[in-house]
Amino acid sequence: MTQPFATQTVIEVAYLIATVLFILSLKWLSAPTTARHGVWAGELGMLLAIAATLLHHGIIDYKWIAIALVLGSIIGVPLGLVQMTAVPQRTALSHACGALCVTLVGTSEFYLRTPHVPAFMMAVLSMEVILGSLTFTGSLMAAGKLQEVLPQRPITYKGQNFVNLSALAVAVVIAVYLVLHPGTRQLFPFMVIIGLVFGVMMIVPIGGADMPTVISLLNSYAGLSAAAMGFVLDSKLLIIAGALDGSSGFILSVIMSKAMNRSFTNVLFGAFGQVQASAAAGHEARTVRTATAEEAATILGAANAVVIVPGYGMAVAQAQHKVRELFDVLTKRGVDVKFAIHPVAGRMPGHMNVLLAEADIPYDRLMDMDTINPEFPQTDVALIIGANDVTNPAARNEPSSPIYGMPILDVDKARTVMVIKRSMSPGFAGIDNDLYYLDKTLMLFGDAKAFVGNIVRELTGGGHA
Amino acid sequence: MGSDLLTSLYVFVLAGFIGFEVIRRVSPLLHTPLMSLTNALDAIAVVGAIVLVGEHKSKLAAILGTVAVIAATSNVVGGFLITDRMLKMFKASNPKKR
Repeated sequence: MTQPFATQTVIEVAYLIATVLFILSLKWLSAPTTARHGVWAGELGMLLAIAATLLHHGIIDYKWIAIALVLGSIIGVPLGLVQMTAVPQRTALSHACGALCVTLVGTSEFYLRTPHVPAFMMAVLSMEVILGSLTFTGSLMAAGKLQEVLPQRPITYKGQNFVNLSALAVAVVIAVYLVLHPGTRQLFPFMVIIGLVFGVMMIVPIGGADMPTVISLLNSYAGLSAAAMGFVLDSKLLIIAGALDGSSGFILSVIMSKAMNRSFTNVLFGAFGQVQASAAAGHEARTVRTATAEEAATILGAANAVVIVPGYGMAVAQAQHKVRELFDVLTKRGVDVKFAIHPVAGRMPGHMNVLLAEADIPYDRLMDMDTINPEFPQTDVALIIGANDVTNPAARNEPSSPIYGMPILDVDKARTVMVIKRSMSPGFAGIDNDLYYLDKTLMLFGDAKAFVGNIVRELTGGGHA
Repeated sequence: MGSDLLTSLYVFVLAGFIGFEVIRRVSPLLHTPLMSLTNALDAIAVVGAIVLVGEHKSKLAAILGTVAVIAATSNVVGGFLITDRMLKMFKASNPKKR
């Protein structure tokens, strides 16, 4: 008896240390200077926890553990080496993997324990499995939409919310029945299946623009389901890791939905498609001022302070390296160049920062919305590359606009605004942007990468500025 | 049993608070690495799956457990790898020699 007891203590202590390392890991992530220590702390904690688990006295078979660990690592490596533009779909995929693990463990635990499952345990187990299964398929759907193997457009039909909510309600009813009669083994698969189906139906009506919120929300669900698994297995380590992940996802989804001026329920139950119809209505031909690369280069070269506003269009055009060259040329000339990053620039929270960091743009030049907005009145040129709705002044001063109230970058307060854009076609939300018709705005029509390249050439060629 | 679950509930609530306070301080600059890191940490669920496979209490549990270990391990490896790759790219304007 003493031997297993001692081992048990070792395991518990290792888990405790792992917990501390996990919390430190997230704490160190708060600043770019210490962030990599955070990764190391997390890795150490993970290694410690896995090693300690292998000491568990109940383990009789190591062969399959070893095989699974090796296979998982083989799958994990390519998932860790994807392109930075593909990080959102990779993240969604990893939510799916985490949720799959939780669902499978929950299912096994049910069949091992039934019919002797206490009521509270069964309730938590049901929550684990429902959340896990819907996160699994939901995340796969999100990954498919982000990878563009599935249509990005929201797919809606009449009574959709009613159908979705009914499905969820049925799953909950089954869960309640299982709590009261934990011996009804045959009902359990239905709960899992409904969870899986609900996950798909939940993401079908959600469009590409809402992905940052959805990914964060799925992140939160994945964390909560893992925490529920911790309750079932009576593992404090798992509860804590799940709670950390859950709160992280929750905070990010709140930030994202605030940045889009929409509530959770609105993201989940009101597809953006409905907004599109109403906005496309008022169209009139208005004139815009255009400029060539040469003229743009002259203005940029003469400026003191330039703020570049990148949107996802920049990443789509693969223009970030050209933008870096522009940054270098202007900085060398003594121009103060900053980047204004809207919280929903990109396809997931913080995505734009990663894309710009990859192009070797120093992170202290990347400003979040609240920091940069007061600086626009002192800015000579705001250069918008591939961003649209997040610069639309209608969000500030037109109560009838569908994006009214959405926090935006105040680019219209800069002395000159330049917009690199393929054409006048409206953005994700399908809303016309008044910014383009201002007297101070110059439209630079063309491909982002080519246009920025031309500006750089003009600036380095000399003689024009 | 009842008190165990209550303790677990305490742990969950307190961990939620810690998570909230710690993560609130993470700069928006690093929100993508934050998500991939919490994802990797969340894959600690692998310990539950490992026990399930190792104990081999039933064939079903062993098979589902094995798939679960594979899924979670891919998250651990992939999650830490990509987080570190991303963080390596974040450089300051005037990098000081360490």
